[in-house]
Amino acid sequence: MYATTYHKPKTLAEAVELYVNSDEPSYLSGGHTLIPTLKSRLAAPAHLIDLRNIPELSGIEVTTDRVIIGAAAKHAVVAASKEVKAAIPALSGLAGSIGDVQVRHMGTIGGSTANNDPAADYPAAVLSLDAVIHTDRREIPAADYFQGLYTTALEPGEILVRIEFRIPEVAGYAKFRNPASRYSMAAAFVSKHRDGHIRVAITGAGNEGVFRWIEAEELLTANFSAEALEGLTIDASRMMGDMHAPADYRAHLVAVMTSRAVQNLGGTHIL
Amino acid sequence: MSRITIAVNGTPQTREVEDRTLLVQFIREHLGLTGTHVGCDTSQCGACTIHLDGVAVKSCTVLAVAADGSQVTTIEGLAEGGRLHDVQQAFREHHGLQCGYCTPGMIMASVDMIRRHDGMLDEHTVRHELEGNICRCTGYHNIVKAVLDAAEKHRAAHAVAAE
Repeated sequence: MYATTYHKPKTLAEAVELYVNSDEPSYLSGGHTLIPTLKSRLAAPAHLIDLRNIPELSGIEVTTDRVIIGAAAKHAVVAASKEVKAAIPALSGLAGSIGDVQVRHMGTIGGSTANNDPAADYPAAVLSLDAVIHTDRREIPAADYFQGLYTTALEPGEILVRIEFRIPEVAGYAKFRNPASRYSMAAAFVSKHRDGHIRVAITGAGNEGVFRWIEAEELLTANFSAEALEGLTIDASRMMGDMHAPADYRAHLVAVMTSRAVQNLGGTHIL
Repeated sequence: MSRITIAVNGTPQTREVEDRTLLVQFIREHLGLTGTHVGCDTSQCGACTIHLDGVAVKSCTVLAVAADGSQVTTIEGLAEGGRLHDVQQAFREHHGLQCGYCTPGMIMASVDMIRRHDGMLDEHTVRHELEGNICRCTGYHNIVKAVLDAAEKHRAAHAVAAE
């Protein structure tokens, strides 16, 4: 790792000021993507601004129709929250399926969502649950937030403060993991909302990162069952292909995981 | 450089460190506690697992400066007064190791696992929960036996304590 200077601001204003006034700054949260990146010298920020001590980024609140999670909430804390589990069990299960125990003790929902790794879990929940991203300066609907691999609507220096999920009528999450890395090779988050809208979000597979599978949503709107998806396929040219799985295999997995999510509503199905 | 204080195994340790120093480097190189191992150095293998403020984390993926003011427990801090911790004793009795390289991380992860589940563990859960720790020798068989044995001791001790 190249030399860097660490900062631990206690307020949002202080963090943004540090960012604006520093040469080559980077925000740091749980660090479980950023620190390995720094160790590989793939990035070399001169200043690391740790966001975990800012009070606005902590806490979990559940209302009648929303689950609001602070950006610094660790995966293990989200997974262990009885309130989250009661409101959106698929979201709770998703958090408990990220990485491994030690990773979940450090990694944060804000870090994952700000990084937008194409194989990350949370982006699928954010998109399917029609979440609103609250930052230090505005609110961003999930539909406008994800903009491709590792790319989001966040401006330089903008801080993801909390994520507000809509509580659906029911939701399910199914994931097929790479057996070595435990990252998803294809995962589907399916939600049926109280207004009747169905949202299918796919992560781990698309060559532009997380996306909504509109064709699946249309079939599920007509008939909300796994049978409705029989025969539906997705174009392999939209899929990532790499040493772990070629694009046509990922396309197949997307269809299977979407069916499994529908078959496991109210929970998760992790392979 | 930053001046940091971390309470390691109950003793506050103050050092001047570069901000890029990893917590595992702080533990091994600054404090000389070499029981915590570096295996993969990419947060996969779990050999560097320690307890940070009471929970198991991979110390190769935490900056020491970010742990300033925290409590850390390493493998050296488990035994009390020359008596091995129940999990250490169980690994010894069940031969839950071969080369021993992963063992400190396995034990720290197992202590955390038994605490989180209050000793209520079965084989499936132990195997699943150890997914963040890699052993290339044993096939995990005796490791799992050791964790289950220590979990049973934990349950028995807490049942006695509750009476």
